[in-house]
Amino acid sequence: MLEVANLEVVYNDVVLVLRGISLQVPDGEIVALLGANGAGKTTTLRAIGGLLDVHEGDITKGSVTWNGERIDKKEPAEIVRAGITQVLEGRRIFGEMNVEDNLRTGAFTNRNKSSVDTAYTRVMDLFPVLGERRKAVAGYLSGGEQQMLAIGRALMADPKLLILDEPSLGLAPKLVQQIKDIIVDINKQGTAVLLIEQNATMALSIANHGYIMENGKLVMDGDPKKLLEDEDVQEFYLGLHGSGERKSFRDVKHYKRRKRWLS
Amino acid sequence: MSLLILAQAAADSGVDKFVGAITNGLSLGAIYALLALGFVIIFKATQVISFAHGAVAALGAYLVAYFATVLNFPGGALGGPAWLQWTVSAVFAVLATAVVGLVLERVAIRPMIGEPIFSIAMVTIGLDIVIRTITNDFISTDPRPLGDPFGTNIWEAGPISMAYSEVATIIVTIVLVLAIAWFFRSRIGVAMRATAFDQEAAMAQGISVGRIFAIAWAIGAGLAAVAGIFSSVFPRASQGVSAETAFFAFRAFPAIILGGLDSVPGAVVGGFVIGLAESFAGKYMTWSGFGVGFSGIVPYLVMMLVLLVRPYGLFGTEEIRRV
Ligand SMILES: Nc1ncnc2c1ncn2[C@@H]1O[C@H](COP(=O)(O)OP(=O)(O)O)[C@@H](O)[C@H]1O
Ligand SMILES: [Mg+2]
Repeated sequence: MLEVANLEVVYNDVVLVLRGISLQVPDGEIVALLGANGAGKTTTLRAIGGLLDVHEGDITKGSVTWNGERIDKKEPAEIVRAGITQVLEGRRIFGEMNVEDNLRTGAFTNRNKSSVDTAYTRVMDLFPVLGERRKAVAGYLSGGEQQMLAIGRALMADPKLLILDEPSLGLAPKLVQQIKDIIVDINKQGTAVLLIEQNATMALSIANHGYIMENGKLVMDGDPKKLLEDEDVQEFYLGLHGSGERKSFRDVKHYKRRKRWLS
Repeated sequence: MSLLILAQAAADSGVDKFVGAITNGLSLGAIYALLALGFVIIFKATQVISFAHGAVAALGAYLVAYFATVLNFPGGALGGPAWLQWTVSAVFAVLATAVVGLVLERVAIRPMIGEPIFSIAMVTIGLDIVIRTITNDFISTDPRPLGDPFGTNIWEAGPISMAYSEVATIIVTIVLVLAIAWFFRSRIGVAMRATAFDQEAAMAQGISVGRIFAIAWAIGAGLAAVAGIFSSVFPRASQGVSAETAFFAFRAFPAIILGGLDSVPGAVVGGFVIGLAESFAGKYMTWSGFGVGFSGIVPYLVMMLVLLVRPYGLFGTEEIRRV
């Protein structure tokens, strides 16, 4: 189980971005973390994966524990070896390398040959298209294929917890549906999933638990069905206004006034 | 009759001259290729432009001289034919230089991660001065022979006539280039390519970027050392490693730029192209109007011509400009 407790993160020693985040991802579950752009979702993931350094970020308070052990001071490589891998926002596949070599980088920490073979078979089963395009240069894959490659690459480490940062971003509705099914499949095979999404409907439809984040704080959490039904969540995170018309997230002013219901 | 013989001799010397330009160009180009390859591997993996590359090459050559002629280690302990003893000592010196590269990365470069490229380049200039000062102190004013078995021996076959060391340069370079090609297909090599492409994404896969940096510096330094050896023996140098050796590497810069700063195959091709261009210029462009040093300028001319047509070098990628 992953436990984030009271986490505070500061960028460049001055910008306080996370103001005390606490969340849990129990073994074998799907947990959704939702929130508007800039809420601090990606920052939370960086803190979990040990990737804050690259961004001049520091954990100033709180802790991240994995199966009871503190991991907030560990190197990214140790965290991956401990069983947590993440698919970064924007896929970040190695565009100059072919599909197979991309997958090999995912298996970097996995030194057990039979475990790598098992992971590879699993990836090929989940994403047959990656098998067909094994020798293709990754940069030339379509957006959907690249997302599959990014997920497949993360699975090569045989993680116990897979973290996905906005996997549906920029994908056509049909592909979003496909990614959603794949996440469910991966989870059924025993991997816990922490899913960050802008597409709240999709995420909440498959999650066991949902958290909603705003301005570096968690403002709501609970049963995904309840969250989906909640009027405010509908309005501000699902973009559905009373009559059903789409509402822009960019309507910040209005939103901030309405935010009082949260406190 | 005598006229015929004279014509024959002229034709022969024409062929000899041409073949000589090629063999000389290839062996010179091989040295450039080794220098460029090490430089490009360091740059591609770590985004550091190492101005200490020439000093590291000279250090490698110096260590060979020291191990083979002063310590007689570890080749001497092994016994066997002299050439084998020397080779073992030389390999050991190359490995020692690789370790120096690893240490340089760890103590001088790694703490600079995240600093502007310019500042890091300045650090490598500092390293260059430090390494050269130390090695020059040991070398003192007299060049040191490497104790190599090549001597001034010449290998001849038909129109081909090459110094033993030139043959060795070409063979060793081919072997090393193949080894590097193999390396980039290995687990660590694939991780290095990934790191070169996207450091954070590599870290997210559990690749220890710091370790990859250290390995890149070790490989770069090792290749520089080999280049340093072959540039310090006959016919490239008459008396061994000297204060001049460190500057030999600067002659490889056109090769690096020509091939594309971030291209591994480009480094090899660039090295040979520049080597051949320099060699042919030296043999054929000997009109008095140009002066004797003209062949030394030719690499830069070739480089500038290529850059006019292909601003990123023959194999370089456009992104490099963003750096
Ligand atoms: N490297 C950084 N340095 C400074 N501020 C940052 C950095 N990365 C993100 N931020 C800021 O932190 C806040 C949260 O960003 P992020 O975690 O990316 O949010 P989300 O993923 O929810 O869109 C934003 O205001 C963003 O501008
Ligand atoms: Mg984000």
